[in-house]
Amino acid sequence: MKQKISGLYQKDGTKSVLAALISIIIGLAVGSLIILAVGVANPTLGLTGAWDGIRLVFVGILSTGRDAAGALTFGFNPTSVGNMLFRATPLILTGLSVAVAFKTGLFNIGAPGQYLMGTAATLIIALSIPSDVVPTWLIWWLAFLGGALAGALWGCIPGLVKAFLNINEVLACIMTNWIAANLVTWVFDGSNYRNLVENTKSGYIYKTSFNGVETAKLGLDKLFPNSQVNGGILVAIVIAILMYVLMTKTTLGYELKACGSNRHAARYAGIRDKRNIVLSMAIAGALSGAAAALYYLSGNTEFFWSTYQSLPATGFNGIPVALLAASNPIAVIFTGCFMSMLDIVGLQLTNLTAYNEYITDVIIATIVYLSAFTLVIKTFLSGRKKRKAQAARAQAVPEEAPKPDAAEGKGGDGV
Amino acid sequence: MTFLIQQTLIYAVPLMIVALAGVFAERSGIINLALEGIMIFGAFIGVLFVNLVQQAGVFSAAKDANDWVALQGFMILAMAVSALMGAVFSLLLSFAAVNLRADQTIGGTALNLLAPALVLFLIRIIANQNALQMAEGDAASWFMIKKSFFGYGRSDSMGFFGDTFIDKTYLATYICILLFVILSILLYKTRFGLRLRSCGENPQASDSLGINVYKMRYAGTTISGALAGMGGFVYALTTANCAATGDVAGFGFLALAVMIFGNWNPLNIAGASLLFGLFKCIAASYSSIDINGDGVFLLAEAGISPHLYRMLPYLITLIVLAFTSKKSRAPKAEGIPYDKGQR
Repeated sequence: MKQKISGLYQKDGTKSVLAALISIIIGLAVGSLIILAVGVANPTLGLTGAWDGIRLVFVGILSTGRDAAGALTFGFNPTSVGNMLFRATPLILTGLSVAVAFKTGLFNIGAPGQYLMGTAATLIIALSIPSDVVPTWLIWWLAFLGGALAGALWGCIPGLVKAFLNINEVLACIMTNWIAANLVTWVFDGSNYRNLVENTKSGYIYKTSFNGVETAKLGLDKLFPNSQVNGGILVAIVIAILMYVLMTKTTLGYELKACGSNRHAARYAGIRDKRNIVLSMAIAGALSGAAAALYYLSGNTEFFWSTYQSLPATGFNGIPVALLAASNPIAVIFTGCFMSMLDIVGLQLTNLTAYNEYITDVIIATIVYLSAFTLVIKTFLSGRKKRKAQAARAQAVPEEAPKPDAAEGKGGDGV
Repeated sequence: MTFLIQQTLIYAVPLMIVALAGVFAERSGIINLALEGIMIFGAFIGVLFVNLVQQAGVFSAAKDANDWVALQGFMILAMAVSALMGAVFSLLLSFAAVNLRADQTIGGTALNLLAPALVLFLIRIIANQNALQMAEGDAASWFMIKKSFFGYGRSDSMGFFGDTFIDKTYLATYICILLFVILSILLYKTRFGLRLRSCGENPQASDSLGINVYKMRYAGTTISGALAGMGGFVYALTTANCAATGDVAGFGFLALAVMIFGNWNPLNIAGASLLFGLFKCIAASYSSIDINGDGVFLLAEAGISPHLYRMLPYLITLIVLAFTSKKSRAPKAEGIPYDKGQR
């Protein structure tokens, strides 16, 4: 039995999970420290305020508000859990998007732009097809696929310039992000999709439910009453499983990973590296587009169209989701849920204390920072004794950890 | 024309200094994707410093007495503080990249995520809104150079040169240009600069000659952080009326593009940043640009959508990179953690 446990501990997968957990705990601890420091420095918050904040950071998902005496109460909160699943839906997909690109050795920081293009395509399709002629379920699928296609086309651009012109994909992605933000604003500016009926709000696009198009709830709303959850989370999970199959069981997945491990060796082995780079970015873009489609097709979400000055955080948060999951598509489901849980925690912090939701972004950034040296944490976990054996093994077997191609040892490629 | 040149300079100078920040890091072998984050952080620190000092009332006597020399000193102090804190912030990157041999792209991205989050968190607690502004007055009345300082009256002209480069400008702009020249000389004409650059090309060879690669990389990234932090504050001061919002609209990434377009070479970078500054200026103020002074706002009346003007800097960057990236020559060892055992 003891051997079995130590065998499990030796496994690389176990170490990845442990490294991720350590990153999470350190991230939460850093967040708590900042909360404590701000609380001590600010007389209106004080230690009690800081203690409330810290408790919310760790178990905010279980928070049920404050009781009559003003103390925080905790317990199972179906609304929070349901909302967590709802917010996890796009995060899982953008996480997959970043993860697939990582496997091909590309850093897809263009997820926000692909997400925006997906948003625009989805909303235009969902709102412009008359629902009295075409059945709404068909419109739903058309809008979903249209969003994914728009994302894929947008993702192709950094892929193409990377493959054929050797422009660093990070810069190309950033530029396409801002171009997308301006383009989407341009498309919606002055269009008929702007919500002019509800006078209370300005600058928003109609909800898709305005045209009768919304994601089926599939009974999930009964399970988690008062929350926004819908069938989208199941679609996201199915896509994650499909991506797992694609990456591990098919020739295409093998070729993509081969390009990621060593582009030049892959080409030498007869794999068309340029095609695979473009394809990988297209798949990544499609996933980000699908993320936007699932989020905005839910029927109760609105899109602020004048977005040229800001990029959607959901796109950027795909990066920590993928990094925490070590680019494993199945693990992305769980890390996506974790990230959306942090989102809920942020809301609880804003609602219940004098702190605000940005502290969760600090926690996320800390986790990304730590995952930059996951390898160090893993080596630390193996202990000093076993480090030598580990190093020998790592040299014998090519590492599977995703590495942007600068680490290939061929020198800088232009950042 | 005067307006166009002034506005272009306002955008070009932060780009130039931040692109030089990128050069220092990359020449020492570290990819500094965190420029954007460091700019955001530097802008916040600078504005916070101005805000706190104003609240403490240190310079209020100078302000009342219209002692503009003291006020310019105040501004230089704020620039120094933001440079210092930018350098401190960049230590996070150099620690991960040099000591822990972490992936520099991910490390830089982490800093880019951390800076706006931390800054907005603090701004919300300090100011209870999403932007931190000066405690009193505005950037123009406190820090702008005006012709009245030199005894000119309201309707007097200082001549084309004076109107363009002295009246209604910021001293910060010229300090940045001066620093740009000095640091370029440091990088290319001194022993320190040669050693730093060698660490970005062939760190193993540098090490064999007794140069401490780790120290050089720390130096490169720290100078980079200081310049980016200062650039962030100058950007906030000159374009955003000395307000920190946790956002510099992709300026750090534009600076990276300028650096690549300028082929890691200061002279080319200066030219490239002027070009990009012009496009950024068109994007920001297309509606009030009156090129030949005849009262016709050509760009606004050309019937082109304002969205296109706003998109232009990014679009041009992509196109320019497409044409130049095949010829560009990055430092050979950038992005590769230095490992002594790997000779």
